[in-house]
Amino acid sequence: MSTVTGVSGADQTPGPDGQRPLQGDQASTGRIGDRLFGGAATVSGVLVIALVTLIAVFLIVQAVPALLDNTANFFTSRVWAPGGDQPAFGILEFLWTTVTASTIAMVVAVPVGVAVALFITQYAPSWMRRPAAGLVDLLAAVPSIVYGLWGLIAFAPVFKPVQGWIESALGWFPLLAPTGISGGTICFIGIVLAIMVLPIVTALSREVFDQTPTAHKEGALALGATKWEMIRTAVLPFGRPGVISASMLALGRALGETIAVTFLVSALSDGSPWTWSLFNGGETFASKIANNAAEFSNPTKTGAYIAAGLVLFVLTFVVNSIARVVIERRKAFTE
Amino acid sequence: MTAATDRRLPDDRVVPGDPSTPPGGRSSGDVLSEMNHPHRARAVKDVVARIVMWAAFALAMVPLVWILGTVIAKGAHMLTTSTWWTGNQRNINSDDFGGGARHAIEGTLQMVGFTALIAVPIGILTAVYLVEYGRGPLARTISFTVDILSGVPSIVAALFIYAVWVTTFGLERSGFAASLALVLLMIPVVVRSTEEMLKLVPNELREAAYALGVPKWVTVVKVVLRTAFSGIVTGVLLGIARVMGETAPLLILAPYTKNFQRDLFHGNFPTLPMMINQDRGDFALATAAERMWGAALTLIILVLLLNLIGRVIAHFGSVKK
Amino acid sequence: MAKRIDVSDLNVYYGSFKAVEGVSMTVEPRSVTAFIGPSGCGKSTFLRTLNRMHEVIPGGRVEGKVMLDDQDLYASSMDPVTVRRTVGMVFQRPNPFPTMSIYDNVAAGLRLNGVKNKKTLDGIVEQSLHGANLWNEVKDRLNKPGAGLSGGQQQRLCIARAIAVQPQVLLMDEPCSALDPISTLAIEDLVNELKSEFTIVIVTHNMQQAARVSDRTAFFNLKATGEPGRLVEIGDTTRIFNNPSERATEDYISGRFG
Repeated sequence: MSTVTGVSGADQTPGPDGQRPLQGDQASTGRIGDRLFGGAATVSGVLVIALVTLIAVFLIVQAVPALLDNTANFFTSRVWAPGGDQPAFGILEFLWTTVTASTIAMVVAVPVGVAVALFITQYAPSWMRRPAAGLVDLLAAVPSIVYGLWGLIAFAPVFKPVQGWIESALGWFPLLAPTGISGGTICFIGIVLAIMVLPIVTALSREVFDQTPTAHKEGALALGATKWEMIRTAVLPFGRPGVISASMLALGRALGETIAVTFLVSALSDGSPWTWSLFNGGETFASKIANNAAEFSNPTKTGAYIAAGLVLFVLTFVVNSIARVVIERRKAFTE
Repeated sequence: MTAATDRRLPDDRVVPGDPSTPPGGRSSGDVLSEMNHPHRARAVKDVVARIVMWAAFALAMVPLVWILGTVIAKGAHMLTTSTWWTGNQRNINSDDFGGGARHAIEGTLQMVGFTALIAVPIGILTAVYLVEYGRGPLARTISFTVDILSGVPSIVAALFIYAVWVTTFGLERSGFAASLALVLLMIPVVVRSTEEMLKLVPNELREAAYALGVPKWVTVVKVVLRTAFSGIVTGVLLGIARVMGETAPLLILAPYTKNFQRDLFHGNFPTLPMMINQDRGDFALATAAERMWGAALTLIILVLLLNLIGRVIAHFGSVKK
Repeated sequence: MAKRIDVSDLNVYYGSFKAVEGVSMTVEPRSVTAFIGPSGCGKSTFLRTLNRMHEVIPGGRVEGKVMLDDQDLYASSMDPVTVRRTVGMVFQRPNPFPTMSIYDNVAAGLRLNGVKNKKTLDGIVEQSLHGANLWNEVKDRLNKPGAGLSGGQQQRLCIARAIAVQPQVLLMDEPCSALDPISTLAIEDLVNELKSEFTIVIVTHNMQQAARVSDRTAFFNLKATGEPGRLVEIGDTTRIFNNPSERATEDYISGRFG
């Protein structure tokens, strides 16, 4: 895993000598010290399981009453009015905005990230490798609130004319139709997210590309392959599970990103017409919850937001599980 | 020279048609020419690929330079005033210049320090379990949940703490509550990086200790952890750097104050991210903007400082990757 | 097909370190030449200069000449990619591409060179697998992964892959050292058949193998540790093994060192 991006890959990898760490003689531990220490370690681990379980449990328990009171369909309604006697709230808008913005982020970040990883591992001169990798990792060290600030003040004014240009040239295409909104559009947010998750894709892809066995690379070269052909034949196929896993982790991060998006969204007013345009505004799950933290005094309202948070939790859970499964299957294949 | 026919394995080769056809023998005409023609296209593709990779790297550097450049250019000024490092934002309105950030700096450091105090022992012990003790379904489950936890969005962690702390137990929002959410976010980072470092400790060291009759827990603490210490410290510092910038838990659980605040457990709590967020709506005002950039630069400096210290420690540490 | 190789006064460097010094030799077409010598004496290093694979390692370069019939392999206009298509290589550890089927492995070189016609590919794949004595064992599972074969079969697959692109010369870098004795025998038989079509150079640690398989043998050695490797003696295999001219050769062959 990359400790800089704090993203985990799979565990259970053996140490550098190919063997699992010795666990010592399990039978001899009758001592107090061993029991206490081993117990403490086990308790810590169990605590982690308990925490994740509790997260799911608490979210569900507190969301359910609000969901029961909901007069609208939670999944298909675009209305969000959880207050009052007749609460009606639906997540369709958030689902659309969140998923679309994250997809845009992936479409941009994965190819660029893989290309950068190939650059660092295959093309960069050897003196340049560590510094280049360090620079890309630096993108990950920038706190998300700074991304939000920069996006709002520095990037948005530059992007607006670009958006205007695209709208005038390609606005007939439904995905690119003008909506009168500029600044916090889905497309814009997607691009900022892409920059934020790029280091995740690069860091993990770099690791797998570096692990390509020299034998396969040499085998391709010896057949008379050019460098690019060698990469296509030996490096990329070998690294594919790693790249998929990295993309899933990046997607998970994009889905859950809160503060940068909160800074940048243009909330839609109630009753806005539905449009497929990527230049539409709209809030994500995370930004909606963050922006309305002040409303949490009312239990039903809070429950509605918690329900939204629950959906986000499930989404990221699924995506991260896929990432893990992909890497686990590949490990079984190569070991 | 050799009686090859005597040792030939039976039936390993069927000769189609003419038994004197040598292997691979065919008229060199068609296939060879097919193979020689596209060579120029392949060379072109190779060069294009090289250009694309370099361009991708350059593209990735654009936002980095842009962001850092903007933050430094716009925020440096506030950091050069002495009040920035000594004062707070008391009585400073959105359209006022000046004021300090010390309250927020101290607040951030205090909150993050407290978070580490809780998250680091849990994280290290869990990693120790996974590497030194765990086998079988429990270990696999723990590892799986650590991965899940690392994917939990910060807003969800914040919501969870809100649901427990405020809604269920009726306690008030405070720096401590936000800190709890940060603990959730920091644990997986510490677990994974500690796990990596523990696995790097050579087995020979463990073997030597066990062979001397040293009990397991002493081996783990005095031999393994001590060897991996610098790497673990690096991981912890990187984890701290990461949670330092998390704003979502603060939004939900730790409302901002412009004053100094030493009490993590009661009342509003000042932090750098929330200081930035405070002026979000007024970003068009030069005064507010300048303050935001100043706080952003301060935050980045702190994060980069931690990163740097972490890398330096890793570089001089005892277990290398 | 099958060209002759003429090497004149070749020095091999990695950066400023001279790894091999002053090698001159001729390899006749349609013959098998074995390189023998103790570990680290430069035989593999020198072998790799014959298809410019040493350049894959940063700093790898040569001084001197390598001619393939009348073509200078190191001419400034000569692209290493073309050289490697003409001079094929089989490695010590079998390295079939793990994500490809048996068929795709053999066809890999052809596809890279732009051969797309399915019938042509089918034909060449089959012939190459015949040529590598592997056809009967895999003809029913061409679509299965290449990595699923035994070690000896994998190595024959790599040989099929190498000969599919119709090289003039086949270089083999200790191709049997990772294999069991029966597979080794199969490969040695194969080399014997292939030499009627290709010029073969084989590096081997195993002197008996060199004696069994080769027409000519070259003995490499180091003057002393830290010195570059050099070619001590080259000649007909029977003469080298029965009547070597150099003392060092005789010592090596009779097992006094190595």
